[in-house]
Amino acid sequence: MNSQRIKTWAWVHRWSSLVCTVFMLLLCITGLPLIFHHEIGHLLGTEIEAPKMPAGTPRVSLDRVLEVAKAQHPDRIVQFVSQEEDDDAIWFVTLTPTPDPTDNFKQVAVDARTGQVLAHPKTDEGFMFVMLKLHVDLFAGLPGKLFLGFMGFLLLVAIVSGVVLYSPFMRKLDFGTVRRERRPRLKWLDLHNLLGIVTLTWAFTVGATGMINTWADLIVKYWQHDQLSALLKPYQGQPTVPVAERGSVQQSMDVALKSAPGMKLSFIAFPGTSFSSPHHNTFFLRGNEPFTSRLLQPVLVDAQTGAITASPRLPWYLTALLVSQPLHFGDYGGMPMQILWALLDIATIIVLGSGLYLWLKRGHTVPASAKVGEEAHGAPAPLAQPASTATAKVST
Amino acid sequence: MKHPHHGHFCRVWGWPIALGLLTCIGLVSALFSDGGLGDALAWVTLGMPVAVGIWFGWCRRHPRHP
Repeated sequence: MNSQRIKTWAWVHRWSSLVCTVFMLLLCITGLPLIFHHEIGHLLGTEIEAPKMPAGTPRVSLDRVLEVAKAQHPDRIVQFVSQEEDDDAIWFVTLTPTPDPTDNFKQVAVDARTGQVLAHPKTDEGFMFVMLKLHVDLFAGLPGKLFLGFMGFLLLVAIVSGVVLYSPFMRKLDFGTVRRERRPRLKWLDLHNLLGIVTLTWAFTVGATGMINTWADLIVKYWQHDQLSALLKPYQGQPTVPVAERGSVQQSMDVALKSAPGMKLSFIAFPGTSFSSPHHNTFFLRGNEPFTSRLLQPVLVDAQTGAITASPRLPWYLTALLVSQPLHFGDYGGMPMQILWALLDIATIIVLGSGLYLWLKRGHTVPASAKVGEEAHGAPAPLAQPASTATAKVST
Repeated sequence: MKHPHHGHFCRVWGWPIALGLLTCIGLVSALFSDGGLGDALAWVTLGMPVAVGIWFGWCRRHPRHP
């Protein structure tokens, strides 16, 4: 690579990383507790658990569950009902003032066997809530999400340009060399290169899937426009089905589950909400195999008649969104994977921090010998000096 | 690359490519597993970059190169 190209890549690496570093540090630090949010929830006692009952204990009708939840918040409507993947004893009912997307929601956890209210999960306060909001949208809604998505894109640019620059830096060094007995800047340069290259694939994956996740709202909106609008032609001109005219949700659910043997319910979106149409209860079902359990099959059931209107295949972009979620969260391989996720996250924090340090200390500690080597190789400094003939043993 | 010398390329990129492949295997294998072999494979393969980073970054006391 000639010196002009190295200079260009160095410029790209310097500015893409400088712009996003502060936000990436924030994301890495807030992401650390989020990796363990279930465990922290247990410790803080905010995780809701249903009392143990024998398997096969009869369940109350979902319509009754909805009545119970609505009685807690008579001024609100139900947007979603969901179940945890590994525990179908609890219904989580989400209530909002209108069917529109909002941050103003209340949840009620109802025991699926007794129909009793188990808890009012606090979804808008506490340490984990602050961590989540800082991580997802900086308390700024969709613009905040898209901004963080753009910072994620700059991170990807910084990673790619960093990989391009790895070669000129490591030309004269063995893999993993850390020159710790020289000045601190050289040690941190070597650590930056080492940790950057070993975490490369993981950081790129988590960065890219994080960026995709910031588009989730837009992707779902596009899905409605792209796929649902054709299905909803027969309903054109009709208003959102009034609550009083809706049929039994329990019966609709039975019909939906019967249409897809072997699948389990993930969540239900009610008429007029962002995951449904104005005229349907939409049942999102998941498969029962490790991979298919991460994908969702929507079943649109007419809210008045209780008959299935359609069961459209999930388009590729929603499949991509769903698959990108576990790859970002690191929650799909048990506790050892969560711990590895945390360690890789910490390594990324060190890469970001050392990169910032190398930039702040730029140009002050360049050894004369390094300059000689640099001229000999025609490789100028990006954020630091590449390995020089004078400072590293030649082994080729 | 200016010096497409085989030995040179392997010396610079051998480790990074190996670790990248291991990471890919780990990230994907756990997607297709629920507490089974795929998860264990992911722990080993994703553990490699972590182990390599810790070993070269902090544990190795006597680097071969000055």
